[in-house]
Amino acid sequence: MQSLSPKVLPTADVTPDQLEQGSSLWHDAWARLRKNQLAVAGGLVLLVLTLLCVCGPWFSQTYQDQNLDLGATPPGASHWLGTDTLGRDLFARILYGGRISIMVGLVATFVALTIGVTYGAVAGFLGGKTDRVMMRIVDIMYALPFTIFVILLMVFMKEPSEKLDGWLRDTMHLEGLQGVGNMVLLFAAIGAVEWLTMSRIVRGQVLSIKRMEFIEAARSLGYGRRRIIFRHIIPNVLGPIIVYATLTVPAVMLLEAFLSFLGLGVQPPMSSWGALIKDGAEKMEEFWWLLVFPGSVFSLTLFSLNFLGDGLRDALDVRASKD
Amino acid sequence: MLRFIARRLLETIPVLFIIVTATFFMIRFVPGGPFTAEKAVTPEVMRNLERAYNLDKPLWRQYAGYLGKVVFHGDLGPSFKYPNRTVNEIIADKLPVSLELGALSLAIALAVGLTLGVLAAIKRNTWIDYLCSSVAMIGICVPTFVLGPLLVLTLAIHYGWFNASGWYGPIDRILPSLTLGCVYAAYVARLTRGGMLEVLNQDYIRTARAKGASEVRVIFRHALRGGLLPVVSFLGPAIAGILTGSFVIETIFQIPGLGREFVNSAFNRDYTLVLGTVILYATLLIGLNLVVDIVQVWLNPKLKFE
Repeated sequence: MQSLSPKVLPTADVTPDQLEQGSSLWHDAWARLRKNQLAVAGGLVLLVLTLLCVCGPWFSQTYQDQNLDLGATPPGASHWLGTDTLGRDLFARILYGGRISIMVGLVATFVALTIGVTYGAVAGFLGGKTDRVMMRIVDIMYALPFTIFVILLMVFMKEPSEKLDGWLRDTMHLEGLQGVGNMVLLFAAIGAVEWLTMSRIVRGQVLSIKRMEFIEAARSLGYGRRRIIFRHIIPNVLGPIIVYATLTVPAVMLLEAFLSFLGLGVQPPMSSWGALIKDGAEKMEEFWWLLVFPGSVFSLTLFSLNFLGDGLRDALDVRASKD
Repeated sequence: MLRFIARRLLETIPVLFIIVTATFFMIRFVPGGPFTAEKAVTPEVMRNLERAYNLDKPLWRQYAGYLGKVVFHGDLGPSFKYPNRTVNEIIADKLPVSLELGALSLAIALAVGLTLGVLAAIKRNTWIDYLCSSVAMIGICVPTFVLGPLLVLTLAIHYGWFNASGWYGPIDRILPSLTLGCVYAAYVARLTRGGMLEVLNQDYIRTARAKGASEVRVIFRHALRGGLLPVVSFLGPAIAGILTGSFVIETIFQIPGLGREFVNSAFNRDYTLVLGTVILYATLLIGLNLVVDIVQVWLNPKLKFE
């Protein structure tokens, strides 16, 4: 805590506006984060990539536009990153795939976050026997081969998810929502795996904060339980939650790409970075650019997310305790 | 110590039971059987097939029968997709390949990771530290399914130093285990650096230096033992990751291992093979996690067997 300056005790001849201006945790953290060049660079790269993926497809041709006469052309002036074997522009496809990859990353992280924070906060706050049982369950689940279950889930729930698609199309008359069932499945499967670490972190934080003196002070001032939870405990747990959410996003995107690479994740006609890499790896002997560009963009995103996450962790001064 | 191991072993029984039960019923409640993909067969043939594989009996009978065989005979049943082969045979055939790949990858991960991590910690805040840390970051951010094909593209196809795929001679072991080991080498390097830095600041290291112990002795005899703790606790997740990571590696390099067999069996709905592999992987993981826990306590007497 190097930024803490010694508090000047107010004496009678000091007017209130001469008192030192306190700076909040978030203010300090922001100042520290800005000094970390790698984290700032990571954040900027992410911002640019996200903007490109969200807005880019409005201006370029669509990811499905085929030009079979063209076939696979190497990168050049008309197609910056080349085209795939069906003559589809790779740049446009990477932007579209990015939409899906980023969306999966954010939504699945949100699912994991919701489950993890609720579970951890309840266990930590209730304490005692409830806490022991709840955390023992988490311990046991940690030992399970979860990736295997996600694979099984993706394979075996394929038909039900296709039925959901059909129902959306036929009964609800929602066109253009093909593959939604599959996406929902993906969110659920990944979210169900990634909440464990989050619940441990939140529980640990809540446990230690619950015993701190400022909580005692709040209690002795007669504040109610709700006020203590929302005004005092939650803001203090927010730091670690943000940090680990930032670090969960790359983990989730990696898992999605892993599944897509095995042919289990996002299905055509939709595409994600993982699916593009799979496609590229199959054709790399003749068409290297199909592998190199999607792979680079994906790695760059993971880089940025990790640097940003590490920077946030340092800035918010979260104890580096993995799981 | 013995009580700790006994308790943990007892705990694994219900866990394994839940895994088997959940997988068994998850597979069965999903539409589409192992024979639906084949050409339309006459109802008679279908009935005969189902009788041959006990699929005509009520579900709970099938379940009880399967469980009994697994528990009392270690018999995982016949495969649905490979006629005349049992799951035990397939596993005995493919598992050694996956284990070899996993062991080699783990060895690479530890050798490279520990070297980089210790170097970075000793030469803290010099260019060596920055170089080691950047290499580690690259290892973490370039996933295996990008790194693997890239290595094949450059080293195998372009330069022709290696075969692009296959699992025949010793040279075929290099690229796959390097690819799989890289990611975990990166994590090990980061954890080692962090652990070593923390330990090197402690009083007993200063005492050792004050007593005139050489720097090499200080690092290898005194610091490394404590500095390795984070690495040891990471070994559990690392082993799990290497096991599942081999699914992708075996697909990329076309290695006839159990990982690829598992993914295929899930696609083929080869019920017994899926169940058998899941049981095997779960047992393997839980067992290895127990070993890791024991090593951890042995290295750090402060942690008591709870």
